[in-house]
Amino acid sequence: MPKSTAPATKRATSKSVGAKAAPKASATRGAAARPAGSKRDGAADHAWDAIVIGGGHNGLTNAAYLAKAGLRTLVLERRHLVGGAAITEELRPGYWFTTFSYALSLLRPDIIHELELTRHGFMPILMPTTFCPMENGDYLLLGQDHGENHREIARHSRHDADAYDAFNHDVLKVCQAIKPLLDAAPPDIFSDDPEELVALAMLGSRFRRLDRKVLHDAVRLLTGSAADFLDDYFESDILKGYIASSSIIGTKVGPYSQGSGLVLLYHLMGEHDGEFGAWAFHKRGNGGFTQLLAKAAESFGVEIRLESPVESVITSGGRATGVALADGREFHAPIVVSALDPRRTFLELVDPRQLPTDLVDAITRFRFQGTSAKVNFALDGVPRYPALGDRTDQYRGFTNIGPSMEYLERAFDDAKYGAFSTRPYLDCAIQSQVDPDMAPPGKAVMSCFVQYAPYHLRESDWDTQRQPLGDTVQATLESFFPGFGDLVLQREVQTPLDIERTVGLSEGNIFAGEFLAPQMYFFRPAPGWSQYRTPIEGYYQCGSGTHPGGCVMGAPGKLAAERIIRDRGRAVAPDRANAVARDRQGAVARA
Amino acid sequence: MIRTTPFHERTAALNETGIWEHWSNHLVASRYQMSEKFEYFAIRNTAGLFDTSPLYKYRIHGPAAERFLAGVLARDIRTCPVGRGQYTAWCDDRGFVVEDGVILHVAPDEYLLTAAEPNLAYFQALIDGLDVAVDDVSADWGVLAVQGPRSRELLAALAPEVARLAYFDVIATKIAKVPVHVSRTGYTGDLGFEIWVPAADALAVWDAVWGVSRGRGVIPFGMTALYMARIEAGLVLLDVDFNSSRFAWTDADRTTPIELGLGWMFRDIGADDRTFLGHEAIRREIATTSSRWRLSGLILDWQDYDRIFDAAGLIPPKDHTPVQDEYYVYDDELNQLGYATSQMYSPILQRHIALARVPLDRTAPGSRVKLELGVSHRYEYFDAHVARLPLFNPERRTA
Repeated sequence: MPKSTAPATKRATSKSVGAKAAPKASATRGAAARPAGSKRDGAADHAWDAIVIGGGHNGLTNAAYLAKAGLRTLVLERRHLVGGAAITEELRPGYWFTTFSYALSLLRPDIIHELELTRHGFMPILMPTTFCPMENGDYLLLGQDHGENHREIARHSRHDADAYDAFNHDVLKVCQAIKPLLDAAPPDIFSDDPEELVALAMLGSRFRRLDRKVLHDAVRLLTGSAADFLDDYFESDILKGYIASSSIIGTKVGPYSQGSGLVLLYHLMGEHDGEFGAWAFHKRGNGGFTQLLAKAAESFGVEIRLESPVESVITSGGRATGVALADGREFHAPIVVSALDPRRTFLELVDPRQLPTDLVDAITRFRFQGTSAKVNFALDGVPRYPALGDRTDQYRGFTNIGPSMEYLERAFDDAKYGAFSTRPYLDCAIQSQVDPDMAPPGKAVMSCFVQYAPYHLRESDWDTQRQPLGDTVQATLESFFPGFGDLVLQREVQTPLDIERTVGLSEGNIFAGEFLAPQMYFFRPAPGWSQYRTPIEGYYQCGSGTHPGGCVMGAPGKLAAERIIRDRGRAVAPDRANAVARDRQGAVARA
Repeated sequence: MIRTTPFHERTAALNETGIWEHWSNHLVASRYQMSEKFEYFAIRNTAGLFDTSPLYKYRIHGPAAERFLAGVLARDIRTCPVGRGQYTAWCDDRGFVVEDGVILHVAPDEYLLTAAEPNLAYFQALIDGLDVAVDDVSADWGVLAVQGPRSRELLAALAPEVARLAYFDVIATKIAKVPVHVSRTGYTGDLGFEIWVPAADALAVWDAVWGVSRGRGVIPFGMTALYMARIEAGLVLLDVDFNSSRFAWTDADRTTPIELGLGWMFRDIGADDRTFLGHEAIRREIATTSSRWRLSGLILDWQDYDRIFDAAGLIPPKDHTPVQDEYYVYDDELNQLGYATSQMYSPILQRHIALARVPLDRTAPGSRVKLELGVSHRYEYFDAHVARLPLFNPERRTA
């Protein structure tokens, strides 16, 4: 068992998705409109078995697995670098910014092993502390020593110090029970395929074997509010605020909203070297991670082409045959995989008229409504927290500006009515304290995840509100760290609109679609389409909009690759493959 | 009465844990802060400082120093000119390892040698009328190890010539105006250096190194982080991975250098005309491949590891804390093959790893074995495969 109860929760913004698809206006061309098999450009010289659209972490993971299985695989990335939302950029000489996604935890351990990432320099550095400043100048500082954490929590509540152990134990039991669901595709509950029925039965029996309390806790977390769950254990505002902060990340809920429990559970399920709830900072940030992931993919034979925006998927006779780029080039392969989000995968890369109506309806209803922003700072030094004097070791992990559930909920209130929070929740990390190569000696870079910043502003627009948001974040920091503003050398603000424009994530949702029960598991991204296939034969989906979802997890990319490889095996027996396809169409019709 | 090292005044101020251990009758920090893993990452990602002063240190000097050492040390000292060092071992006349250490050729006819345990009487008994002296200078020097990818640039800021040091080079230079020896050596398997400073001036050198380290994420590291790094690097530890032949009761507790994985020390033994201690036995062992086993790396199969813990209802632990104790190694039929002497979960390799004695027919990388570990109060047998040492060996270590 993990020895430490240290920072019990944390989070990351994330998701990948590299290539932004065609603008909506052109979505109706695509497939049917373009004659299949037209060979322009030199692309025809290459014979590809699979083309992956988008070089985010899921696209790269997917491609690596396909190539490892022997498929000649091409990744087409719209931007000048791979990584999607998991990139690190030197925006000021010597200062490296994790532009969007900023920490690692949910990455599946099997991917680390199977793609041999350690050979390419995989290095998740432990973040040993969590620092939670309070509005009265006090703080909660958790580290790696259980006894010290107990004493620190007891400063705020003796009751909670003990309850924290019980909470961690109960939550670990739920994580242990739920974790296998992250590592396998959901069974298709709409299918009569005996294989699916067996999988469903196994899922059922797994839950039947669970301890009653564990199952009940799991359901409470999956469906209820973080506040209800936390109120059962704790009385102190700062501890509840800290833990509840993980219940709102990337999703338009407050800690009192039903559904926040699910977001909390996801973030508690991350692990660092087997320790649930612990987070790591990858060497050079998540961009450092995706760069080495690309190297790993290339070592299996993947070819990556940058600045190659895919406009549409080419289809012929109901199956995918390749992709067309915005510049007219075409690439052909019997397998095309979209690592983009569901909206782009189903409504933009292909002609929705090719798809069943119920699927188009479901995707149209799929909720994105990004609500997070990022403000990154280059600093002249490390900020001072008055109560800790000249100490700086508190910054070796996350600094959580969310001192109570009420603080978080009030921040949410603004967003409910279409404004960004006047006093936002901030998840900060002075990353140069963990990886000194992120900034010049004595200087610092600080990443601030900001919530709430709703994509749809009622009174204004993000091009107008970008710097006001930056000012609000800076003012909030100034209130906790007097003199903070004097340290600022440079500030970068990434609104949800910027995330959408730069990364291609619809409405800037960091998870490629919100973490809400109706959008998870069997239903991610749509009922009947949770197994990485699409109604177009040979066209697959592998982005964070598929199970198990966002964060730098890699599981969608891997599970989609497994699906593709299995389907390919079946394709040897075409009668069987057709039967599966027919069954699937029928299932959708019934649904 | 326990002693302190020449750097103690500084290390004591930095040790936030109050946890110390005893090493050769000196106080040394097990860890300086609550997370030894954070210290470990400093070694692998930035640089860490380690007080290695408690090592026994011998000065071997005189016109016959080379001749003496050529007869005592297993590795050919004649290939070690002034300004170079060697990792070496010394054996008894049956070819069993007495101990290992690093020898630095610091000046003509003058060497410095480290050892984990006292060896003065042992060496002096071997002088046999040669014009050489062996002095115990253990208390005369403080030794500060600076280990990690950033170590070179840090020290070059204090003594520019350090930047030119090749792996196992040693130079005399000055840091903070104090004459020191700086060698490109260490016990972490990473790029690293060790500074030999006269004990009286140790604090000045520490302060200079600490000064250039500020703001760069450089931190001191303790024994636990050191052990983590050394296991990944396949560096053996006396009384853990082997025992001194001098004090062993049976040959089962003795090991030859070849069995210990140090066969590379004898690559040129065909052209080596020395009659060093143990040479006949070592030549015979090489000629007849009569080694009983070979120290090898083990990497546990992660799927099997997870499966066994899952089946026991437990979350598979990934504990980086080094376990420096014996665990047994078996074949598929559960016949004992050998035993592991050190094991841990390696954060940089993301695997459970071990150093283990395996029979010669299992030393090929990829050979399958099983490692016996306790799970939920009973023994389980974990699939593992043999891997070449060192398990972690970054280019920068020797580049």
